[in-house]
Amino acid sequence: MIPEIGIFALIIALLLCLFQGIFPLIGATRGIASWIILAKPLAKGQLIFVSIAFAALTWSFISNDFSVAYVVQNSNTKLPLMYRISGVWGSHEGSLLLWMLILSCWTAAVTVFSRSIPEEMIAKVLSVLGLVSTGFLLFILLTSNPFARQFPIPLDGRDLNPLLQDPGLAIHPPMLYIGYVGFAVPFAFAIAALISGRLDSAWARWSRPWTTLAWVFLTIGIALGSWWAYNELGWGGWWFWDPVENASFMPWLVGTALIHSLIATEKRGVFKAWTVLLAVFAFSLCLLGTFLVRSGVLTSVHAFATDPARGIFILIFLALVIGGSLSLYAWRAPTIRSSGEFDITSREVAILLNNILLVTSAITILLGTLYPLILDSLQLGKISVGPPYFNAVFVPLAIPTICLAGIGIYARWKTDQILRITKGLWLPFVFSLALGLILPSIGMGHYSITAALASVLGIWIISSATHNLWYRLYSYNHAWTPRNVSASIYGMALAHAGVGVLVIGIGFTSAYTVEKEVRMSINDEYVLNGYQYRFKGVSTRQGPNYTSLFGEISVLKNDQEITKLYPEKRTYLVQDNPMTEPGIDVGLFRDLYVVLGQPLENHQTWSIRIYHNTFVRWIWLGPLIMSLGGLLAALDARYRKVTLNPRTNSSNARRIEMN
Amino acid sequence: MGTNKILRLGRHAFFLTLAIVASSLTIHPIIKADIAVFSDHQHERRYRDIIAELRCLVCQNQNLADSNADLAKDLRKMTYDMVIAGYSDEHIMEFMVKRYGDFVRYKPPFNRVTIILWIAPGMLLVGGVIIIWSITRRSPQTTKGSRTLDRKRIRQELEESQEQ
Repeated sequence: MIPEIGIFALIIALLLCLFQGIFPLIGATRGIASWIILAKPLAKGQLIFVSIAFAALTWSFISNDFSVAYVVQNSNTKLPLMYRISGVWGSHEGSLLLWMLILSCWTAAVTVFSRSIPEEMIAKVLSVLGLVSTGFLLFILLTSNPFARQFPIPLDGRDLNPLLQDPGLAIHPPMLYIGYVGFAVPFAFAIAALISGRLDSAWARWSRPWTTLAWVFLTIGIALGSWWAYNELGWGGWWFWDPVENASFMPWLVGTALIHSLIATEKRGVFKAWTVLLAVFAFSLCLLGTFLVRSGVLTSVHAFATDPARGIFILIFLALVIGGSLSLYAWRAPTIRSSGEFDITSREVAILLNNILLVTSAITILLGTLYPLILDSLQLGKISVGPPYFNAVFVPLAIPTICLAGIGIYARWKTDQILRITKGLWLPFVFSLALGLILPSIGMGHYSITAALASVLGIWIISSATHNLWYRLYSYNHAWTPRNVSASIYGMALAHAGVGVLVIGIGFTSAYTVEKEVRMSINDEYVLNGYQYRFKGVSTRQGPNYTSLFGEISVLKNDQEITKLYPEKRTYLVQDNPMTEPGIDVGLFRDLYVVLGQPLENHQTWSIRIYHNTFVRWIWLGPLIMSLGGLLAALDARYRKVTLNPRTNSSNARRIEMN
Repeated sequence: MGTNKILRLGRHAFFLTLAIVASSLTIHPIIKADIAVFSDHQHERRYRDIIAELRCLVCQNQNLADSNADLAKDLRKMTYDMVIAGYSDEHIMEFMVKRYGDFVRYKPPFNRVTIILWIAPGMLLVGGVIIIWSITRRSPQTTKGSRTLDRKRIRQELEESQEQ
């Protein structure tokens, strides 16, 4: 009964989305007021019915309803409640339902936080979102019904993939999807603006907080994914340039470019056409990411060929979204005029360079991800494109981007002098060069060029952001009371500083992480970087749905025990594959990370892998700071101001004329 | 892995076998049940780099270093033996590629088929910079003229928003 309610709710939601995609749009272009006002109630109704469907699926999981095929495939009576709930998005069908729920939430959020935006514009935005939702609901109902029943009803389920039974994975997909789907909002704004032919600074100002907010969630989502891989995969790594990781990183790069170009469009009225393209590109990459991860094309080109329904659907959807947007763009492009002019030395050019670098990185990663698939399907041979390629092409693009970030925030709009910039920035420059070069020689075993480069770059971006904030607060200000600076400026400084923390983390982790593989019998001791690892043996334990070989290692420093680590090897009862759970002692400057290997000879001796991961926490601390900065910028009160009514508008115009 | 199978691989394998035999005669560290022990730091670093760059052929997307598959263990052992026997990195990679194809290496080769993959990033970047350069060249040095233009723009936009 409950699953049928779910399907029914999805069908109603589909109808509401269809109305939402058609009527407000026509109403807004033809000026039919009664059709325009339909937009908001339809959007809210859509959220209600999608929520009912989502609740129905969640209920099926909690109540162990094994007549639902999807529950059978992803749950089990022994599965703890938390994972029975996160199991809802443990696989394809439920993930899409979560996608859809989040899209409905964003749509509803647009209806609530848009009081400052004219009704016709919002009607168009909601219509575009409605069309996107229609596509996704059709996708769910036609190819991926999560409520499909199964007879005979099995006694128990096949359990959730053990890799996904981790708190990190319970929250990583929702965060990532909130980010992914969030880029539908700037996309909708861009399309709505194209339809009305009004690509002005107002449009950019409306899009900015939404773009930043989507970016914040995407940042958190990617960082959580990396953190999960580190905790769960047991190889001490945090990024592998896996196609699934790349699928989330590409929209992040383009989203970052979009955030910056929107600033220029809002403040200076430039790059309008480019900004629209970026908004389309960012959302298309989100869809492409879903396609790559969900169609099975990554595992093998042939997997796609054997069950093509889903892949073909997303491919057609993608073609409609990209093709439709680009034709609309081609139709409107002649009317787009960028009004500002600028010199080669100006913030506009800094932002353009930033965009070129970020978009080049994104396209390069796209190329690297798709290249093996293309070659394989053209039967030109099988190749692997992995970390050596991506590092070789991404790092040289990232370094100038970081250098530029410090300069761009200081440069003036329109025109500036290199001399003024040099004079203004020499202090953070010298500071970062000096401290950055010294840092790797303090407390580290050996001097590493990689670490030195990373710390110079990281400190440069932190110190230039701090300097910039100070400059905006106090320059030419003799009384030591700070100026009023908007929250978005603090947010920018914080987000840039977060990048610095991340860069330092990456540099030091890759330069100083040490990995040792040792054989240990009981009470054997191994010393790594001054820490003594003493093996205490392995016992067997029973988890709720797994049995575990439970190692115990006490870690000593100067013969004083500082912590105990418990690396595990779990064997899940239903899906009989061994899972590695490392034992980790977390620290700001180092993680002690121990993995239990194989038993040797008898069960008294084991192979143990010990990692000393230097500065690895900074890799997640950085994105956390970045997203806090983004949040601060997105919540800037400036965006929530109600539009001036025509009368105050005209008096403003008069005042400008008088000036 | 049987000796027969190795011998079939020709010259490289022949030298490899020789090397393994030679290395077992001298006092060299050996792998005991999948644990690589090194006396030379240089060797250890090279070994780790190589197994990180080679792909486990039977896994979804894992390198040799992270994989628990039996094939990965064999290939790790082979890499270990070759490193200890003093083969260069290039030689070991060449051996692996000959045996398993380009697929085994995470670093794609540079050849007729992959040329776009390797030169596209540079081309995109250069193209972008040329576009920026031409945009800024088209607009003359900012002068008072464009300031008035700016003011014109503000007025125009204000008027537009009034019309709304």
